[in-house]
Amino acid sequence: MDFFAFVKPKNELESVPDAKQNVPFIPEEMWMKCPKCNTLLLTTDLEENLNVCTHCGHHFRMESKQRLALLADTDTFTEHDSDLTGSNILDFPGYDQKLEKARQKSKESVLCGECLMGGIKAVLCVMEADFMMGSMGTVTGEKITRAFEYATENKLPVVVCSVSGGARMQEGILSLMQMAKTSGAVKRHSDAGQLYITILTDPTTGGVTASFAMEGDIILAEPNTLVAFAGPRVIEQTMRQKLPRDFQTSEFVLQKGFIDAVVTRDKMKDTVVRLLKMHGYREAAQ
Amino acid sequence: MSETMTAYEKVMAARDANKLTTVDYIAHMFGESFIELHGDRRFADDHAIVAGLAMLYDTPLTVIGIEKGRNTKERMERNFGQAQPEGYRKALRLMKQAEKFHRPVLCLVDTSGAYPGIGAEERGQGQAIAENLMEMMTLKTPVLTILIGEGGSGGALALAVADEVWMMENAVYSVISPEGCASILWKDSSKAPEAAEALKMTAQDLFSLGVIERIIRQPKAADTAMFESLKMLISRTLEKNLSLSVEELTEQRYARFRKIGTAHLH
Repeated sequence: MDFFAFVKPKNELESVPDAKQNVPFIPEEMWMKCPKCNTLLLTTDLEENLNVCTHCGHHFRMESKQRLALLADTDTFTEHDSDLTGSNILDFPGYDQKLEKARQKSKESVLCGECLMGGIKAVLCVMEADFMMGSMGTVTGEKITRAFEYATENKLPVVVCSVSGGARMQEGILSLMQMAKTSGAVKRHSDAGQLYITILTDPTTGGVTASFAMEGDIILAEPNTLVAFAGPRVIEQTMRQKLPRDFQTSEFVLQKGFIDAVVTRDKMKDTVVRLLKMHGYREAAQ
Repeated sequence: MSETMTAYEKVMAARDANKLTTVDYIAHMFGESFIELHGDRRFADDHAIVAGLAMLYDTPLTVIGIEKGRNTKERMERNFGQAQPEGYRKALRLMKQAEKFHRPVLCLVDTSGAYPGIGAEERGQGQAIAENLMEMMTLKTPVLTILIGEGGSGGALALAVADEVWMMENAVYSVISPEGCASILWKDSSKAPEAAEALKMTAQDLFSLGVIERIIRQPKAADTAMFESLKMLISRTLEKNLSLSVEELTEQRYARFRKIGTAHLH
């Protein structure tokens, strides 16, 4: 109710609905606020724009399934080891419940398989942030290792999209061992002369950064992606050091010489396909 | 003694400032034969990593270890045993040199973890560790790693992709410190003793998980007999692996890591 209604003379014209009421009602799930520029975006517009802010170009996080759709040719992805599961091997308190909750959304923190990219056959592994922040446990490590072994055997290139908070502490030392195992599989694939491209997406940290994410022949990253071994909070807390602006973004690690290129989402598939071609991989016969 | 200690008491023992450090082990086992080699040839010499050549009886050996320092001054110099990328790159340089001369490598690990600092991140801490993991897996010469105190996560693993990994009876090896684990999971670092238990980080736990091959009785400073038997054990293991072909050796190393923790997968 208008606060000054009682002092104002009644005027027929004032009963016209104000501009605010003219805006159509939008249910909350239909719009999102860009965390970078605060612009309100229609989710349909956002999805159409590959989950990139139409205003400032901020790259929103994506589910593994959306990423698959972005990179693999339509309906060509065949998942490998989709049912591979582990258990609470250390009997770690609370881990069973956490696993159960995470499994309601997806099976594990990585999705591996083969597909065509621009008609070229490749092994593709996409990590899933929704599953315990993409942490690497024994199943994650095993799936990635098998993917590299399969690619080595079948002379295929590998593309990995990383997103991870690091090693999964609920699996203790066994999660640490996945760093060695996956690195070994990457090395054998590399020694066999095959190409490995990594796509770092936000955030890529800890044990994943210190293993397969940093081991690509070519390392690409999306804009403004956190790429770190020790994350910014760890450094601030343990070292009490103030961090420089833009520290550990993909643009920062590019400047420091640790990645090959920052590539926007709309150019990612095209870049990967061109790189595959330049390494002699040919379109698979139909 | 070690049978009756809790996991967290072992963490404390592994961090004990009075226990022997890497330079003590080198001095007791290799004495005057040790020649220290410095630098990564790219950026700097990381004092948290001590490396060089030594004689193991009649066999030349590359020794690489993480050194925490034995007093405050040394600990400052050694950055409290927290290596930076240049330290891991120095280690890798000397491992590749060992490979060239088909000389076995002994790594001694004692670190709370890789240094989590601005400079270390800027110079690619993650990349340096990742490269060591990759290169060590196919290093064409025998590698043996002994954890003599703390084995802190990726910073320890970067020297522990070996044919065999041994631990001192009171050493610990973990993906995260019990304090870090407790504060992340339970928002309470005082629950570190519970976390230490849950993480299964003692030598005895890791032996039953199949992550290490051997538990070694902890030598005391004056214990020459114990150092002598450790030396014998190292020598026998390295000799055995030196007799393998390069293919056998690297296959065996990959298979070792390939099978860890796979028993529960289905």
